[in-house]
Amino acid sequence: MDRRKSLQTLILGGAAAGTGLVFNSCKTESGESIDETIATSSDKFFGRTPAELERIEKLNAEQLFNEHEMETIAALSVVILPPKEPHGGPIEAEVPALVEFMGKDIPEMAPTLLGGLMWLDHKSNTEFGTEFKSATLEQKKQICDEICWHDTEKPLSEQPLEIQFFYTMRGLTVTGYYTSKVGIADLGYKGNSPNVWDGVPQDVLDQHGVSYDPEWIAKCVDQSQRNVMAEWDEEGNLLT
Amino acid sequence: MQIKESSEIFDVIIVGSGAGGGMATKQLADAGLNVAVVEAGPFFDPADPKTMTQLKQPYDSPRRGAGTTRAFGEWDMSWGDWEVEGEPYTHAEGTEFKWWRARMLGGRTNHWGRISLRFGPKDFKGKTRDGHGDDWPIGYEDVKPYYDKLDKLIGVFGTNEGRENDPDGFFLPPPKPRLHELFYINGAKKSNIPVIPGRLSMLTKRINEDRGVCFYCGQCGRSCQIYADFSAGSCLIFPAQKSGGQVKLFVNAMVREITTNEEGKATGVSYINKEDRKEYKLRGKVVVLAASACSSARILLNSKSKQHPNGLGNSSNLVGRYLHDSTGASAAGIVPGLMNRKTSYNEDGVGGMHVYSPWWGDNSKLNFPRGYHIEVWGGMGQPNYGFGWDPNAMNKYFGLKSGGYGDSLRDDVKKYYGSVVGFGGRGEGLANIDNYCEIDPTTVDQFGIPVLKFNYKWSQYEKNQAKHMQDTFEEIIHNMGGHYLGEKPGKDKDYGLHKPGEIIHEVGTTRMGDDPKTSVTNKFQQLHDVNNVFIVDAGVFVSQADKNCTWTIMALSWRASDYIIEQLKSQNI
Repeated sequence: MDRRKSLQTLILGGAAAGTGLVFNSCKTESGESIDETIATSSDKFFGRTPAELERIEKLNAEQLFNEHEMETIAALSVVILPPKEPHGGPIEAEVPALVEFMGKDIPEMAPTLLGGLMWLDHKSNTEFGTEFKSATLEQKKQICDEICWHDTEKPLSEQPLEIQFFYTMRGLTVTGYYTSKVGIADLGYKGNSPNVWDGVPQDVLDQHGVSYDPEWIAKCVDQSQRNVMAEWDEEGNLLT
Repeated sequence: MQIKESSEIFDVIIVGSGAGGGMATKQLADAGLNVAVVEAGPFFDPADPKTMTQLKQPYDSPRRGAGTTRAFGEWDMSWGDWEVEGEPYTHAEGTEFKWWRARMLGGRTNHWGRISLRFGPKDFKGKTRDGHGDDWPIGYEDVKPYYDKLDKLIGVFGTNEGRENDPDGFFLPPPKPRLHELFYINGAKKSNIPVIPGRLSMLTKRINEDRGVCFYCGQCGRSCQIYADFSAGSCLIFPAQKSGGQVKLFVNAMVREITTNEEGKATGVSYINKEDRKEYKLRGKVVVLAASACSSARILLNSKSKQHPNGLGNSSNLVGRYLHDSTGASAAGIVPGLMNRKTSYNEDGVGGMHVYSPWWGDNSKLNFPRGYHIEVWGGMGQPNYGFGWDPNAMNKYFGLKSGGYGDSLRDDVKKYYGSVVGFGGRGEGLANIDNYCEIDPTTVDQFGIPVLKFNYKWSQYEKNQAKHMQDTFEEIIHNMGGHYLGEKPGKDKDYGLHKPGEIIHEVGTTRMGDDPKTSVTNKFQQLHDVNNVFIVDAGVFVSQADKNCTWTIMALSWRASDYIIEQLKSQNI
């Protein structure tokens, strides 16, 4: 191997900070359009290391649930969180795919999910002579009603499998919904986008019965001056 | 196997590229020295789209941000956490220590909370103050000029409050408090606990042309693509390169030991190149260790030679001793006054607390020395895996049943969104000679380098402090009209005191002092035993203070760098 190359894995000065977006963003005066490149520059990536990407590929190549089980998961998820206009429900949020992925990503969860799905069909077959996914909504609810409450005083691991299963499926369904595009819209979450934080709106302060102390606020950032270079006097008083 | 040796002789070899190493790189390269930076992890630039996690949506990931492969969640920008593959560490029986390592350029500065507090005058004189531990060989007046320069170079927001032990500085203006923080201010004040604006190293205002101004995504833990927060790579190492400094980065280079000559002086370092798994030697006039407190101790202890049979710089037998982390205890409360919130606005703010409580207590009335500060969290954060997991678990505080399914779950998620406020107490644990790391004689890492074995136990003082934290949190939660969430940890659980190491503020393994028998470095962070080896990470701390250590690491690293430049000029080393 070339000695220089192997010795150094070398990055010489200047090569590092070379992405153009660093220096042309965030120079707006108003802060209204902070920079589109920030939000869109890295669409194709989500920040994984090669080893992490490999793990995802490996998990995606495995199959945990068969087609019937996936359909049962979908059927149960919409009972747990019925779709609602205009934002849809667990199917639009791709909850079944998340359940499949997490069952492999956190293998401890798999036996509860697999066993719970078997229990669900067994219960439905016994009571109604049909698999869970084909049962009527009323029948599905009857089954869920029996397993949807857990004893909050007792560790979950000491409770019956079907209760653990429902708890896990409810968690995956709600978390999957609210981490999806449709669920975030339903929640109304406005964050994760560049902005200029300038305090809590007055109507929100009023609703919660609090107010800003003028003395405190006087020390806070004047956002109209955010792009003006900071200068201090000798005592540390900010002049700009 | 032949060890490959470089022909170039560097003026300085710096081991580690985090807060201490980054600052030394900047100062020494700016002074015209030829610097090699040796980093155990790969190159990292927060502006690189390929590795960037900032502004990612939970649905960009198949696991929606779950912490399966990264302990602090999928978006956290630390490559490495409590576990690093192939690099174990061990424990003496009956003791515990959790060791966080980040393997990447910039190290742990890429993912921290960026709480940047100066130590105060009392913090350097612990023994004089209360008889515990030792005084530092330096005082606040020695460090103040560097804190001042640091504020201006790096940028930190805050306010001048005239508090004796929380010194003022050159602050950028802080962001306004968020809604839960207004509740906290009111709650704390009812108990006469002071609350002041947070002090964090993010740019709320421009300080130079090279770095952006914060756009308030609240994601500093992901490392900022416009360099509006402090990370050592983007704010120290890249600028050092950009201004024409002679900086060579050796990445994926795991340092095994410091090499020495017949006179016992350092000649450079030997490292394993992780890519070809071969050993190399770099030669330098000065070696600066900045690998983190424990890693630097490990390198010294592994650097055994005829002249230094006990490890380099270890004639005192104190390398690895006096290891201490911040104390920590946490609690959270549900506050009915914060329920049913309007989600009409973006509440992300900066990535961390806009307000906090510096230590206020009178130790003469308390059963522990020193103090702690309170960090506050809450608000309408980004949903990620785990969000809404047990959506109505809080029903029990209102006499309602938990569980069920259907549209009520949707309503409950919205009812409780943003209504939980959490507290972290971060305090000073006492430096203790019996808490230490040493080389495990029977275990090596995948590079064949002997690993560290930790010996650490909290004393009753730290437990008493945690109890005080818990009682304070409960009182503030009640003042806010809230309910303490979960069960308040009692004596059997050490009042919820986090395990040693868990606060990730470990310091003290190579402490400074005037007496070579009771310290490892002098007050300029130079090994007593070997005058061309310096330590610029938190290893040199004599005590921790109830402040996060990063700002002090950097101020001291700058000070040590000035000394190195002066010593090289006068040809003393």
